[in-house]
Amino acid sequence: MAETTYIGAITSALADAMRADDRVFVLGEDVAEGGPYTATAGLAEEFGTKRVINTPISEAAITGVAIGAAQSGMRPVLEIMFIDFITLALDQLVNGAAKAHFMSGGQLTVPLVLRTQGGAGHRGAAQHSQSLESWLTHVPGLKVLMPSRPVDAAGLLASAIADPNPVVYIECKTLYFRKGEVPEPTAPVPIGEAATLREGSDVTIVALSRLVGDALEAAGRLAAEDGIEAEVIDPRTLVPLDLETIVESVKRTGRLVVAHEAVEHGGFGAEIAAQVQRAAFDFLDGPVARVGAPFAPIPFSPPLEDAYLPGADEVVAAVRELVRG
Amino acid sequence: MVPPPLGGEQALRLLATMWRIRLFEEQVSLLKRADQVHGLIHSSAGQEGVAAAVCSQLRDADVVYSGDRAHGHSIAKGAPLERVMAELMGRDGGLCRGLGGSMHLVDLEHGFLGATGVVGGNIPIALGSALAARLRGEDTVAVVFFGDGAVQAGHFNETVNLAALWRLPIILVCENNGFAEFTPRSAHTIVERVSDVVAPYGVERATVDGNDAVAVWDAFGRYLASARAGGGPFLLECLTHRLGGHYEGDPGTYREALDAADWQEKDPILRLQRHGIAQRWFEADRPAVLEAEAAEAVEQAVRFGRESPFPPLELIEGLVYADG
Repeated sequence: MAETTYIGAITSALADAMRADDRVFVLGEDVAEGGPYTATAGLAEEFGTKRVINTPISEAAITGVAIGAAQSGMRPVLEIMFIDFITLALDQLVNGAAKAHFMSGGQLTVPLVLRTQGGAGHRGAAQHSQSLESWLTHVPGLKVLMPSRPVDAAGLLASAIADPNPVVYIECKTLYFRKGEVPEPTAPVPIGEAATLREGSDVTIVALSRLVGDALEAAGRLAAEDGIEAEVIDPRTLVPLDLETIVESVKRTGRLVVAHEAVEHGGFGAEIAAQVQRAAFDFLDGPVARVGAPFAPIPFSPPLEDAYLPGADEVVAAVRELVRG
Repeated sequence: MVPPPLGGEQALRLLATMWRIRLFEEQVSLLKRADQVHGLIHSSAGQEGVAAAVCSQLRDADVVYSGDRAHGHSIAKGAPLERVMAELMGRDGGLCRGLGGSMHLVDLEHGFLGATGVVGGNIPIALGSALAARLRGEDTVAVVFFGDGAVQAGHFNETVNLAALWRLPIILVCENNGFAEFTPRSAHTIVERVSDVVAPYGVERATVDGNDAVAVWDAFGRYLASARAGGGPFLLECLTHRLGGHYEGDPGTYREALDAADWQEKDPILRLQRHGIAQRWFEADRPAVLEAEAAEAVEQAVRFGRESPFPPLELIEGLVYADG
């Protein structure tokens, strides 16, 4: 085990996959230079620009290129620099990659990983900060991963590259330089398994990506200030979702708070809430609470952006309301 | 590099393919009216010369992509007629087990990696297959068919830029039938020739009469030989004619039909037959034999389709993800 940043874990997992399998290659804007956050730094030096391919700013075409290469037996890892620009790639991803296996009656497979990153808090305003994961979870054929810790960033990326399906792997720019223990070489983390990061008996908090850290902080405060013991679960993968781990926890705690940075309205929290109430309605002591952003684009002005973003305070407030309610 | 010119046996193979496509499409048109094939059906009748002259020069390992008007391309690339027909009928014996239909035909075994209902959507995907061939050091070539309507889409232009930048072994084959769905090309763009659109990229390009299978054969053969040797990209614009409407059932009120005598002149099948006989490539009675064989094959395909069961309901959620 070594202490590694979240972004460093991604770089190491990419390098490990490229060393292990000649079919793996990386393409995207500025990837040979390492990209804006250094995710691919050093890869071109080790593997050459034949396998670390810079592309023009043509999201639609490079996504199509990655799909075609995958259908022809390669293992492309495509970078879309900001998830905000996945809009330009969605036709290829949704109409192409997600449906190729199904529509061909199982003949085609698209072992493609689309790496991208979202998240606000960096004064990037409304076009460089969004959390758009729920759109992608609505498309049958895609797998959607959202690691929150360095160990999962590495392990899930390894599993995504090995998977025969198109996988959207969503990083969080706020987490890039946070550190955690990561095994060397990369140890794969299975897709579809949640991680229970704190055990508790009073309430279950299911948190995504950046909100996982906030939920753990909130749980600490709730224990110290209110005597409330919260269980914190990171689903890690949204599609497929490990509903069993969440439901098993809710059956013990009787309460559920779902927290994510994305706009609450139509967010993935709604899907978790709906699935849990169907599976564990009789165990719930109150309505499922959701923590998410307001139904508004992300504001630029720093005090407004800070007020807009959900964090530990909002999780604490939601738990208190639920427990006292 | 000069490929072998079209001649005797090869010309007969082309004719056989063209007859199979023509009679297949005519049968599909009838079956659509009888509600035995389903959904949105885009006939390639009249455009057979391009599909046959291009695909019959390719190997199975070369990949072909197409758009929504794809029956002819899949058949020319080697897809069994009966499995194409069964797919249009939504049957388990179809190429895609009835999950894709007319606009999403795929035959992996014969290198037909697929049609798409998104106009131009497969153009960048085809480039990805060309990139894969280059990365693996193979001499396979990627070919993508599209109509002139796709040329005004962003993904076409993005892909041409990338293909030229990376010099990949791809041949872009535009079937310019003058109509983007219901609208003449002149109403969508001021650039009349598709080959002119790619001129600034330095892509090697040509415009040929797509109803002249010999011209398509020669032009495509030169590009193919060059792509095999590491050249590319190329664009071949084939001026052709859609015999029917945009889809089966389209009343086609937006254009004037060719009169029968004009079509006799233009029909790519009759032209190749006249040419082959004049060149003494084959005896005058051979084409009729091919036509009869094609008719028999189409009849057999319809029988196969009708006898094939509909796919099991378990398939709905059973093929969303690949195992592994």
